[in-house]
Amino acid sequence: MNKTNKYSMKNVDLWYNDFHALKNINMDIPPNEITAFIGPSGCGKSTLIKSLNRMNDLVEGCKISGSILLDGESIHGNIDVNALRKRVGMVFQKPNPFPMSVYDNIAYGPRTHGIKSKFKLNEIVEKSLLDAAIWDELKDRLKKSALSLSGGQQQRLCIARALSVQPDVLLMDEPTSALDPISTAKIEELVIKLKTDYTIVIVTHNMQQAVRISDNTGFFLLGELIEYGNTQQIFSMPSDKRTEDYITGRFG
Amino acid sequence: MVLIKSLFRKKPVDLLLLLLTWLSIVLAAAVLMLVVGYVLINGLPHIRPSLFAMQFTTQNQSLFPALVGTLMIVGLSLILAVPLGVFAAIYLVEYAKRGSRFVHIVRLTTETLAGIPSIVYGLFGFIFFGVFLGWGLSLMSGSFTTAIMILPLIMRTTEESLKSVPDTYREGSFGLGAGRLRTVVRIVLPAAMPGILAGIILAIGRIVGETAAIIFTLGNVARMPNSLFDTGRTLSAHMYALANEGTHPGEAHATAAVLLIVVILINALSSRIARLIKSS
Ligand SMILES: Nc1ncnc2c1ncn2[C@@H]1O[C@H](COP(=O)(O)OP(=O)(O)O)[C@@H](O)[C@H]1O
Ligand SMILES: [Mg+2]
Repeated sequence: MNKTNKYSMKNVDLWYNDFHALKNINMDIPPNEITAFIGPSGCGKSTLIKSLNRMNDLVEGCKISGSILLDGESIHGNIDVNALRKRVGMVFQKPNPFPMSVYDNIAYGPRTHGIKSKFKLNEIVEKSLLDAAIWDELKDRLKKSALSLSGGQQQRLCIARALSVQPDVLLMDEPTSALDPISTAKIEELVIKLKTDYTIVIVTHNMQQAVRISDNTGFFLLGELIEYGNTQQIFSMPSDKRTEDYITGRFG
Repeated sequence: MVLIKSLFRKKPVDLLLLLLTWLSIVLAAAVLMLVVGYVLINGLPHIRPSLFAMQFTTQNQSLFPALVGTLMIVGLSLILAVPLGVFAAIYLVEYAKRGSRFVHIVRLTTETLAGIPSIVYGLFGFIFFGVFLGWGLSLMSGSFTTAIMILPLIMRTTEESLKSVPDTYREGSFGLGAGRLRTVVRIVLPAAMPGILAGIILAIGRIVGETAAIIFTLGNVARMPNSLFDTGRTLSAHMYALANEGTHPGEAHATAAVLLIVVILINALSSRIARLIKSS
């Protein structure tokens, strides 16, 4: 096993009650790269990405087996789940800013982890919005409700919110599926910029998006990881017939 | 007009529905205006300073002791029922396993309790608080009884408003490493506040309008209560007494007007308080 991998998954199986949603997943995710999960809907992409920060713990009847290591340490072992989620930020399919001001949205995370100093919070809010490339648009609207922003702005705000607690990893579950092409392009540009500082895992429905931004791609089908490797490789000469069928649009 | 004409030609059923909807709105508003107008027109001319005298006498027919009684009963039963009802709802929605047997039983019980006529609560309160615990006819018996009466209402409305908070808010909070308690207090409760408040306002309305259960447990004595274990009356019970005697119709109407104004003031105050909580 390569020690420098950010995540290392071994024989991961997951059940929702009796439904076997992930079947024997083995996958290593390298640091400071963008890894894309693709596959037809219902194949388990969201389930797997949610396993990486244990959001599945919240789902009743969900059982998981096998091992998931983050920096060589099991995320199911002696680790505080809240500390894990601080280290592994998440951006969701539908932008979900809290119903409060832009400022409070960003400050919520740091406040959760004990930062009280007004000065420090101001600094974090500015840095997070700068890193999410939305500071210029929002610097005069910090007191405004986050719900008044456009969909694309809301999603970048959510990225800024995820960055506010200084994670190592950013998980994104179809972050642009609810957005228009211009907002999507802005987010893609941002994601590429962010990979110098973060390890990024992104689920996407859009194969062009995977080609444009990702370094590695995993193709899933019915809960199985069919093929995983370098993005160029996967899209130019897939080794599995099913992968080829999917990326050439023959099903899905 | 042109619009309605073209609508009539193309979709007569739609036009009919539109007209019916409008008619219903107008009717509902008209009935409300009629009642409020009737109460105020008949009541306001009879309001005079002596109605607010500290002591009730047969000459002044003061409603002041009943006003104090009303505020005490409302305040006390809210203090008892709101925290209990809200915490119970939070437990059921945010902590208990969804669909567990226990939750099912609690929900069935509250639904049943919500449908029981108030006089049954009155009888229970009289026997349990008044006789068994020996509190007699008192503010204590009365407010505990009304508290039990509104508990299911508070629980149900709080549950519904917690459930209407989108799960995406909870996910966002958990995803940042916040625990359950922080998520509930900082994210879910503020978002649910308007619905919870609406439940509290409904509950206030139920207490203020109650007579049967009040007369059984608080009594209906027109005097200023000296302690929590003293008897008294509420404005509704006062109106009931006046109307029953039939000798003071003017004062009865004046009491109705005051009751209406009190309810409006309490509701305004509640939303002011909720807004303060939300902004802090
Ligand atoms: N909470 C759940 N309970 C039961 N089944 C679920 C749950 N979430 C997802 N599933 C099932 O697991 C499978 C994978 O779902 P998901 O990971 O959301 O797929 P994807 O994100 O690839 O579209 C689907 O068949 C879905 O119906
Ligand atoms: Mg999905």
